[in-house]
Amino acid sequence: MSPVDTILTALAVPLIGAVLIAAAHRAPNVRETITLVTATALFLLVASLLPEVAAAGRPAVTLFEVMPGLALKFEVEPLGMLFALVASVLWIVTSVYSIGYMRGNEEENQTRYYVCFAGALASAIGIAFAGNLFTLFLFYEALTLITYPLVAHHGTAEAMHGGRVYLGVLLTTSIVFLLTVIIWTWSVAGTLDFVPGGILEGKVEGPVVGIMLALYMFGIGKAALMPFHRWLPAAMVAPAPVSALLHAVAVVKAGVFSVMKVAVYVFGVDLLSSETSTDWLAYVAAFTILAASIVALRQDNLKRRLAYSTVSQLSYVVLGAALANAAGVIGGTLQIAMHACAKITLFFCAGAIYTAIHKNDVSELDGMGKVMPFTFAAYTVAALSVIGLPPLGGAWSKFFLINGAVDAGTLLMVAVLIASSLLNVAYLLTPALRAFFLPAKDTHYAGKVHEAPLACVAPLCATAAGCVLLFFFAQPIFDFVALLV
Amino acid sequence: MVVPLIAAPLMVLLRHGGFAWLLATVASWSSLAVSAALLGEVAGGGVISYAVGSWAPPWGIEYRIDSVNAFLLVLVSLIASVVVIYCRDSVEAEVAPEQHYLFYTMYVLCLAGLLGIAATGDGFNLFVFLEISSLSSYVLIALGRDRRALMASYQYLIMGTIGATFIVIGVGLLFLMTGTLNLADMATRLPGVTDTRPVLAALAFLTVGISLKLALFPLHLWLPNAYAYAPSAVTAFLAATATKVSVYVLLRFYYSVFGESAIFSALPMGEILLMLSLAAMFIASIVAIFQQDIKRLFAYSSVAQIGYITLGVSLDNMTGLTGGIVHLFNHALTKGALFLLLGGIALRVGAVRFDAIGGIGRVMPLTSFGIVIGGLSLIGVPGTVGFVSKWYLVLAAFEVGAWWLAALIVLSSLLAVIYVWRFVEVAYFREPGAAVAKLREAPLSMLATSWLMVAACVYFGLDASLTVGGAAQAAAELLGSGR
Repeated sequence: MSPVDTILTALAVPLIGAVLIAAAHRAPNVRETITLVTATALFLLVASLLPEVAAAGRPAVTLFEVMPGLALKFEVEPLGMLFALVASVLWIVTSVYSIGYMRGNEEENQTRYYVCFAGALASAIGIAFAGNLFTLFLFYEALTLITYPLVAHHGTAEAMHGGRVYLGVLLTTSIVFLLTVIIWTWSVAGTLDFVPGGILEGKVEGPVVGIMLALYMFGIGKAALMPFHRWLPAAMVAPAPVSALLHAVAVVKAGVFSVMKVAVYVFGVDLLSSETSTDWLAYVAAFTILAASIVALRQDNLKRRLAYSTVSQLSYVVLGAALANAAGVIGGTLQIAMHACAKITLFFCAGAIYTAIHKNDVSELDGMGKVMPFTFAAYTVAALSVIGLPPLGGAWSKFFLINGAVDAGTLLMVAVLIASSLLNVAYLLTPALRAFFLPAKDTHYAGKVHEAPLACVAPLCATAAGCVLLFFFAQPIFDFVALLV
Repeated sequence: MVVPLIAAPLMVLLRHGGFAWLLATVASWSSLAVSAALLGEVAGGGVISYAVGSWAPPWGIEYRIDSVNAFLLVLVSLIASVVVIYCRDSVEAEVAPEQHYLFYTMYVLCLAGLLGIAATGDGFNLFVFLEISSLSSYVLIALGRDRRALMASYQYLIMGTIGATFIVIGVGLLFLMTGTLNLADMATRLPGVTDTRPVLAALAFLTVGISLKLALFPLHLWLPNAYAYAPSAVTAFLAATATKVSVYVLLRFYYSVFGESAIFSALPMGEILLMLSLAAMFIASIVAIFQQDIKRLFAYSSVAQIGYITLGVSLDNMTGLTGGIVHLFNHALTKGALFLLLGGIALRVGAVRFDAIGGIGRVMPLTSFGIVIGGLSLIGVPGTVGFVSKWYLVLAAFEVGAWWLAALIVLSSLLAVIYVWRFVEVAYFREPGAAVAKLREAPLSMLATSWLMVAACVYFGLDASLTVGGAAQAAAELLGSGR
């Protein structure tokens, strides 16, 4: 299969999977098999593009023109490749986990759930391989809409409210800011293609660059830059696997991926670093990093705490883009992969805890480490990775980001990154410490090991192990990401 | 165009519902074929002129087809052809059997009128066709089984007649000043008398009259009731065509007769139209949000969407006009699809009120999903036709340097999110009540035609070369003709 065929097949596979899943709604076992097969096929397809892209190939295909000069176009470059790989690998893991979780909790509307999941993956791949801003926007909006049923899955008043906030914030930002600035870009640059070095260089200058950057950064609401982060905690009403894949990986990473993509291929690193009107972005990112961490400290609901942690961690990527130098871009891009692996583990753990012992709040977890040893061990590993301690993957992204901050000569940002790591310790490790070292309040499970179903525990152990592997085998990823700059 | 006119009396003579339907179908489809052929003929930029009774224009009545109205002819006959198939089951349920022949007679008369308005190159003839289409649409609306349909029809009758009277006064004044009724001839003679008071009065009468017919805010009052209580097929047909044809008439008079410079440079028509369009976009959308009846909701949404069309016109540049014309087409598709689908719900549920259709997404999945796609198109989500229109309108706003206008356009589309999402929440996240749970999907003929329109919404959203190409050519022709 030629790379072009692979791209198109990779887009089609989850969609075909979605149709088949819908068709198999009467036979849950067949339905879940289809999900797993689709996920695996997607991963293999995406992975098969890797050698070509690593060899500096840029397979591209233009499907058709939607409007004169504006085509539906796909082009695979390292950043998109990385995002697609992360999303497709973790979809496999999440599918296994979903089966355990959805059956363990006897959730309703499971077919709709799996169909939307497959649709979300198709959209994520579309975003990853988008060859111009128009295609990116198309799939960006598709991702918002297809994930709405997942967020509002339970159909309760609380879920509906969460769904409204989710949709409201994401659609408002994308339509009002992002669409406007895309059309603006089109009218000044005459093209929307992603070009290394950017398309705005020489087309705009002065404060206008800063305004356009603001429209892009706040328009990409999925990156959850404050003050447009509210949708993320609101979306935590969704079932845990949805939070895990979509709100730790696909949706939020689609956001920061778009941020990176816009920074590198629309503005260009040179324009961003030479133009002083763009400096504000680093401060907003730094503020988001710290403020979200502080809010996370005060959350008792574990999933909400993780959600605010995600808001904070996403801004690491934005900060990487804002630093506008090689180390910053590499650090930000690595963060996409490293944080995905760690955060999905944390959400899996939260879901497993809910499935096994029906607890949602941090304050209820005292002593539960002995009841769910594997889950809490995995939780600890992932938490350490988010904090950025070796020997875990998260260490590398922090390392490069701090490097980038030093290169950019802003010691303030170095301080922010270090302060944030300390805050991470405070809010991420406390649940694990309470679980392992405090006496149990709830004696119902005393002396027994009561883990979630194997289909839940195995995936979270696998992703926790992934965090370790990412530390030791970071070289190929680094080499790959270095192609960007 | 002549075909439906001949078909109409035949139906009256035969007085048989089934036969009338057959004849209406043949008439609509043959109009479509002829319109498509005409569009093909003028695609290169040519003009076809046909002199009725061989009296050479400007003395005889001339039919004049260029790229602007060829586009419209295809749109109108296309919608008519689709809706007529849909009518078979829908009218069966919503109109009393003894009135079926009447329904189809009026349907083809209305079609003939609309096609006539589009095709004619003669001012008075335009008025005649306008009356044909209007009178038949009053009857069509009154055929709705709800008693309020009579009231709605009466309301429309009064306002429509005022509009038509204004138009005929306007045309009369122009005749007085130029001595001709032929629009093209009028355009060449007008510059000599542009600044005279009667010409300005004519412009004012025409503007108000046409605005009434196209439901430009605040002259839209007849529309919500007419749409809400008419039979579903009629709502879909009128929503997709009647207001659009009126927009065409406005474009014709503004650009072809008066000339773009007289309207937009010498007079503040652009500013007035812009303000009214913005008011329509915001006020009508906000009113739509608070409707309980979904047909009324989408009727108000129509008023708002007409605002987008006139907004494009008011910007008076190539991109804006293209956006306006392409939205004329796109909105016809979207609203046509939506009202057809709502007709399916009306048929099964009896009412299209929010409180009666909770959980409808489970029992009528195809209908509901179609409405969601139509709604997304109203919002302007990429991949639907609504996005294409919005793209051009925002781009046009940037071209004239009005960034605030760009912001207002995108902001107003957020209002559409709210009213569309009301439907989504009710349809999908409420448990079906006992009455709803028993329902079945709409009949195939209705479902298939509705989905044909939905598919068109998506197709032309992904491949807009045909619609944008046609609109751009029409815009170029209009902008060129006035100079």
